[in-house]
Amino acid sequence: MSEDVLKINDLKVRYGGIEAVRGISFFVKKGEIVTLIGANGAGKSSTLRAISGLIKPAGGKVELEGEDITAKDSTTIVSKGLMMVPEGRRIFPNLSVLENLKIGAYLRNDDLEEDLNMVYGYFPRLKERSWQAGGTLSGGEQQMLAVGRALMGRPKLLMMDEPSLGLAPIVVQDIFEIIKRIHENGTTVLLIEQNANMALHVADRAYVIENGKISLEGTGKELLADEKVQAAYLGARG
Amino acid sequence: MGTLACGKVHIMEYVISVLLSGISVGGQYALIAIGYTLVYGILRLINFAHGDVFMVAGLLGIYLTATLPIPVSLPLVIVFTVLLGFTIERAAYKPLREAPRMSVMISAIGVSYLLQNTATYVTGGQPMTYPTIPFLSDTVNVAGTQTKWVVIITPFLVLILVTFLTMLINRTKVGMAMRAVSKDFETSRLMGIRINSVISVTFIIGSALAAVGSTLFFTNYPAITPMAGAMPGLKAFVAAVFGGIGSIPGAVIGAFIIGICETIIKGLPSNWDVSVFSDAFTFALLIVILAFKPQGLFGEAAADKV
Ligand SMILES: Nc1ncnc2c1ncn2[C@@H]1O[C@H](COP(=O)(O)OP(=O)(O)O)[C@@H](O)[C@H]1O
Ligand SMILES: [Mg+2]
Repeated sequence: MSEDVLKINDLKVRYGGIEAVRGISFFVKKGEIVTLIGANGAGKSSTLRAISGLIKPAGGKVELEGEDITAKDSTTIVSKGLMMVPEGRRIFPNLSVLENLKIGAYLRNDDLEEDLNMVYGYFPRLKERSWQAGGTLSGGEQQMLAVGRALMGRPKLLMMDEPSLGLAPIVVQDIFEIIKRIHENGTTVLLIEQNANMALHVADRAYVIENGKISLEGTGKELLADEKVQAAYLGARG
Repeated sequence: MGTLACGKVHIMEYVISVLLSGISVGGQYALIAIGYTLVYGILRLINFAHGDVFMVAGLLGIYLTATLPIPVSLPLVIVFTVLLGFTIERAAYKPLREAPRMSVMISAIGVSYLLQNTATYVTGGQPMTYPTIPFLSDTVNVAGTQTKWVVIITPFLVLILVTFLTMLINRTKVGMAMRAVSKDFETSRLMGIRINSVISVTFIIGSALAAVGSTLFFTNYPAITPMAGAMPGLKAFVAAVFGGIGSIPGAVIGAFIIGICETIIKGLPSNWDVSVFSDAFTFALLIVILAFKPQGLFGEAAADKV
């Protein structure tokens, strides 16, 4: 029971009259990589934003390692070990690459050397550019920086919102390789994607979100083989 | 001032004294301008109340030095001004964080009037004489011209304070957070940064510098009225725009340029009859420069706040 790192129960998000998330429940176990896939506007980002405290959910419960963190402020949530890579990377363009990494560890007061080396190990290119302003990096490099920044917070759960968005296919491959390695090295990952094919291949388990509700769930393999998923998300004909 | 000096020695002395006082006035504007530019950089808000906070700091200087010795009262002026700036942000701006920017601006104008009206109430609308601060008001001879120590000290003090501030912003964790928050509130939150604390820090710094500025400025000024913050506040704001609002070096350099221009125009021979137009000239100059460089000297190309 307590091996659920994240447990979401009947989460609801409303924007004025629009109900973007209509009662979603799912969980992520320690060591897993779980993906939420869904089309544009399905409510994926709203779900993540409600979990990380950026918006107040209209209902439901969010538990991190058994502790209720529903609608807590984001500082508290980050301090409990939940880090997010936001949609569109959102690196700080005016901060250097090194500062962008350090700011991911904003709430930590211990030595960052080891973690910096770990991040530079995943992304050697960031080390070469550590004095460059974040805004001067390419899209792919910015995505790596955003992932590295989140890792600097030593997350118990790393949440990523569409890390493949707007990147060239070859860069997407790189990013997914790294996600796999990060996961293999012991980080629990919640991955949000529209790129269902890539996401389902790396995921232990997956959920499909449609119109703010979960319509399907299963292991990555099961969903890859599912006809509805193939038709709607994998571009298969028939 | 204003009499046409004859003889080379006199002209030299005259030029030196005009430059000295221009640099000094500019330095005082700079201390106010930093408050505008810091707050704008982080909230995209023109804090119309800032000039009035400066005026209140002046009044605090009068009341506190009347009852307490200078070494106690001047630091207290800074403390109370900081408290005022902090409270204004929490009470008048923070509740409007999600509101349209225009609403916050109106709130700032409201605070500005509140401070002016309160000052009128407290002082009875009478011009108040700023105390003579020993040393600052003492005269000194520089290159043959008599001037007050405050004129000499101001530029150095400004340089020291700006150096510290720049180091704070570029080298410390809170400075890094200030730069992050100025770009992106939401992502800053995702890093665990408490953006309200960071915003408060900018108001605290801005108010503290305005308090220091008030002591320097009003030492050279006949009297404080409830409107005494309006003109220096406006000029400091223009200096900040001129330098590129959001940029600290821009605000400082802009303030020095405005202070020097203004003093030069005021110091032109009185039979030219231009000195009364010094403020209009200063603003005209700025308009011309901004026509060629709309973002100001050090401004960013676009407001890229997410
Ligand atoms: N700030 C907002 N205000 C109003 N509606 C929003 C807002 N953010 C998202 N929505 C709406 O909520 C729905 C879900 O959006 P989102 O969670 O961003 O979906 P996804 O990330 O799956 O593309 C969409 O219909 C979107 O238009
Ligand atoms: Mg999204």
